[in-house]
Amino acid sequence: MREITLSQAVNEAIAEEMRRDPTVFLMGEDVAEAGTPFKVLSGLVEEFGTERVLDTPISEPGFVGMAVGAAMTGARPIVDLMFGDFIYLVMDQLCNQAAKQHYMSGGKLTVPMVLRTNMGATRRSAAQHSQSLQAIVAHIPGLKVAMPSSAYEAKGLMKTAIRDNNPVVIFEDKLMYQDKAPVPEEEYLIPFGEAHVKREGSDITLIGTSSMVQVAEKAAEMLAAEGISAEVIDPRTIVPLDEATLLASVKKTSRAIVIDEGHQSYGATAEIASRLNEKAFYHLDAPVLRMGAMDVPVPFSPALEDITVPTAEQVVENARKLCAGEMIHAA
Amino acid sequence: MTKTNTEDYLRMYTQMVRIRTFEDNANQLYLSAKMPGLTHMYSGEEAVAVGICEALTDDDRITSTHRGHGHCVAKGAEFKEMFCELLGKAEGYCRGKGGSMHIADQSHGNLGANAIVGGSMGIATGSALRAKLQGSDDVTVCFFGDGATAQGLMYEVMNMAALWRLPVIYACENNGYSEYTKTEEIAAGSITARAEAFGIESHQVDGQDVLAVNELTQKLVERARKGEGPFFLELMTYRYHGHHVGDINREYYRSKDEEKDWKENRDPIIRFRAWLVEQGIATEDEIEAINAAIEKDATEAVAYAEAAPYPDVSEVDMHVFAA
Ligand SMILES: Cc1ncc(C[n+]2csc(CCOP(=O)(O)OP(=O)(O)O)c2C)c(N)n1
Ligand SMILES: [Mg+2]
Repeated sequence: MREITLSQAVNEAIAEEMRRDPTVFLMGEDVAEAGTPFKVLSGLVEEFGTERVLDTPISEPGFVGMAVGAAMTGARPIVDLMFGDFIYLVMDQLCNQAAKQHYMSGGKLTVPMVLRTNMGATRRSAAQHSQSLQAIVAHIPGLKVAMPSSAYEAKGLMKTAIRDNNPVVIFEDKLMYQDKAPVPEEEYLIPFGEAHVKREGSDITLIGTSSMVQVAEKAAEMLAAEGISAEVIDPRTIVPLDEATLLASVKKTSRAIVIDEGHQSYGATAEIASRLNEKAFYHLDAPVLRMGAMDVPVPFSPALEDITVPTAEQVVENARKLCAGEMIHAA
Repeated sequence: MTKTNTEDYLRMYTQMVRIRTFEDNANQLYLSAKMPGLTHMYSGEEAVAVGICEALTDDDRITSTHRGHGHCVAKGAEFKEMFCELLGKAEGYCRGKGGSMHIADQSHGNLGANAIVGGSMGIATGSALRAKLQGSDDVTVCFFGDGATAQGLMYEVMNMAALWRLPVIYACENNGYSEYTKTEEIAAGSITARAEAFGIESHQVDGQDVLAVNELTQKLVERARKGEGPFFLELMTYRYHGHHVGDINREYYRSKDEEKDWKENRDPIIRFRAWLVEQGIATEDEIEAINAAIEKDATEAVAYAEAAPYPDVSEVDMHVFAA
């Protein structure tokens, strides 16, 4: 199978959906000729014109609000939010307006829009360009949240997001844009709420999101060398969350570590861990462990930044302890 | 003035009285503790909503505000579904999930009231962007108060609307107050000048004169359909009640004399009624008959809504996500 980058996968997904459905359009800062600072959208304006690939002023609440209105009246906008950190600027439009229209109207209004943005530290971008804020939007009823872990997921989830009748926020890890993965030429979609068991194992379940899936896979590889069999699962969407697949795995392995790049406190890892505790408690041989980013603003210095995000080595160390029945005092 | 528009004039009158009557009944429901929560009365501002909405079709969209019953009625909504919504009943426009501050009636193009001041400015402008992208000739009117002009969102979306010549009309209902604060204490300079800074044609109009509002809006809507938008209107008006139904003692921020002056000398319904009679468009008897029919309609709708069932509790987690 051919291999393409995550960036190309996103681009292909959007191009295919724009060809299929004339109501789909793109808007955001420098999305047209520039194709975004990450060049993810390069070439789209050439094919679809400036009518459907709109460069906006630097007005995040403004253009996200406009996407909501366009979506409520029959279009399917994809909004590009240049950095995930800018979600704070659009909270009202996203959480008070987009997320609630369907409910507040008793099901009459729908907001089929996609907000694609990014996450991920270690790019030496410091505290306002490095955050992973998925937990903040996942907290709000009415928003779906997808977190692709490779080019394959990025394409399939983006296509599903564009066809979904709800506001969907997609977090792409900005350090993965150039990572390649096998992506079929034929069309495919990845349904929301279906976790992917990336690797089967029997001693411990490693649940990772986005780039933390790679961390989990690497850890599983290292653990295998020590005779510990780790199962790796990628939920792919944290809203909706495929609880059934996670629970089935944990009931089998009796141990779990949840890894996500958002801050650990009150984070996505906490939510997933407590669901496992609530629903698989009597199958567990060890407490479910959370591994999130350190509870500090992301520091600039590489010497500091690198120690704020979970690494495969830390996952291995924790997995080893859990399997040996040792207590862990995390964070 | 000719009589060729008799039907239009009578409908405008009827719609204004329907709003006033709706609000009187809503206020009564609050005072008799039959309505959950609070609500914001539109009484006094009827000529704004009616003058504008009578220039629109069902395909044209509006976005509304926390003071939204007037926009909702003017855009074509029915009393029954509105009162049901105010009382949180299943037959309400939003199955009781939105209430007074979120009534939406998309069958008539009302994209909904909004409890965030200025919160719908993006939605209205986005609706206009959709119209332009899809080649539709519908126009969107964004209603908001003078207080909402202090929100940054307004300037972001007006900028884009002007850059892209979107078919949107920003309708600022300047009723002199935001909550308990006078407009001149929160707004520096001129409000229309702000829109003009973006190159948006702006008009200040007497919001108590339904014909003036309607005539101007008709012209602007036609031009917006042809791609000459956006436009900005500042409609000078006044709210008769407090900020909300519970705001009873308000002399600390506005005088009774001021209220009396607006009610007695500038009331949009009294003014228009006198004009209709003077022009021979309707007799006093005909007007009384219109008023009585509306009163009856409202009384029946209130009784219906009071007796109507609440939504089943199973609906509580319905409509979080669309299928
Ligand atoms: C963002 C926001 N801030 C504050 C409020 C509280 N609030 C509700 S209505 C209102 C005054 C709005 O004044 P204006 O826009 O002039 O509308 P009016 O009530 O006069 O019709 C305020 C401050 C709110 N709902 N939303
Ligand atoms: Mg006001």
